[in-house]
Amino acid sequence: MKAKYDVLVIGAGPGGSLAARTAAELGLSVGMVEKRPAVGAPVRCAEGIGKEGLAEFVKPDPCWISADLRRAEIIAPDGTSMMLESEMAGSKVGYILDRKVFDRELAWQAAEAGADVMVKTRATAPILEDGRVRGAVLSSCGETRNVEADVVIAADGVESKFSRWCGIDTTIPVREIMTSAQYLMTDIDIDPYTTVFLLGNEVAPEGYLWIFPKGDRTANVGIGISGKKSGPGHRARDYLDRFVASRFPNGKTIEHIVGGVSVCKPLPCTAAGGLVIVGDAARVVDPLTGGGIYNAMFTGRLAAKTAADAISCGDCSKEALMPYDSAWRESPIGKTIARNWHIKEYLIRLPDEKLNDIIHSAASLNMKEFSTLNLVRELMKRNPKLVVELAALRALLL
Amino acid sequence: MLQVHRDICGYCGCCVSVCPEGALELIDAYLAVEDGCTGCGICAKVCPLGALEVVDEGKV
Repeated sequence: MKAKYDVLVIGAGPGGSLAARTAAELGLSVGMVEKRPAVGAPVRCAEGIGKEGLAEFVKPDPCWISADLRRAEIIAPDGTSMMLESEMAGSKVGYILDRKVFDRELAWQAAEAGADVMVKTRATAPILEDGRVRGAVLSSCGETRNVEADVVIAADGVESKFSRWCGIDTTIPVREIMTSAQYLMTDIDIDPYTTVFLLGNEVAPEGYLWIFPKGDRTANVGIGISGKKSGPGHRARDYLDRFVASRFPNGKTIEHIVGGVSVCKPLPCTAAGGLVIVGDAARVVDPLTGGGIYNAMFTGRLAAKTAADAISCGDCSKEALMPYDSAWRESPIGKTIARNWHIKEYLIRLPDEKLNDIIHSAASLNMKEFSTLNLVRELMKRNPKLVVELAALRALLL
Repeated sequence: MLQVHRDICGYCGCCVSVCPEGALELIDAYLAVEDGCTGCGICAKVCPLGALEVVDEGKV
């Protein structure tokens, strides 16, 4: 690692690696640090991503694709099942990744493009000068060193400490952290092409429980619940253990995964002097699904492009980096996050009975072309007693 | 004060993200509690595994 880079990236998840690769491809000198001893491990993710989105960043490779999905099944609180076939779901179909291999591939690509990569190296403080970020203090295997950079890209995930040290409040409200637990289970009866989402206050309060296939008889079985609903005896792991004991009593757990996912609004501002914040650290997770891989890669790449523009103009002030903030907010991901935050707020307030009603009539629909708005229109026709709730939802979609 | 049950902790960082004081730091495979901790217990509430506990100073 050099003493000075054009761009220093904190964190080597998908957001950091895309930032590092893009910046290096644009001819900048890049350093990327990862506090863990291995990129990609331990996993803290359910590993789902849409096919089309993924292909914007990397050529799909069977080495890191665990399952190629055909449909999604949504199970109502009362057990009613609703199938979303891939023909209906359009771009919603996706893959379940093997994040350990996927994250490494992205880090390799960043390295191959010319970025320096250091693992087991942790940023412990920003270097601040005249109110702007000038680099970071790095701690690596007991040694501390200062590394300067024109732009630091904070890709430090859900913890998001680097930005906090720079004076930006990244605290996630308790009710908007999805506290999550997941087992990678094998020897279980599942459909290897179907993702399953179970809803309901008993199953997963203000969240959902998922079964994401990872090949034959193997799946990520996990749950996220609102931090507000978590406490002694009713934590994410308690809910998961109860579900697994009844649904997969003979399954074998070969990996134990925990994590936190933000479902809050993104940070009010994701750029500062010499600093750009991307991915989970910027709270750009989809608040409805909890999906964050695509959004991290999207913001990572955009951050690097904006940094390159700023560096070429010799101005890395907040004003020069703000185009990053406005660009992602105006992009499809920014709009989807804004809309899905409202839909999430709507859904978590629905009692189980209303959710059952909605899923019952949705399950009986035979829609040729699936769109959320179409779905709500059809539901309104069939559910006069839900018209108030559905009208509120429709208003969010228009 | 906050006690970390290291044998339960999954070092996932969920607690770090909700700490209003920024007093938690996930360092590789362990969680460090820094000086700013007020013992508010938010982290203990959200921990997916129940690895955190606010205990009386006298009992430690």
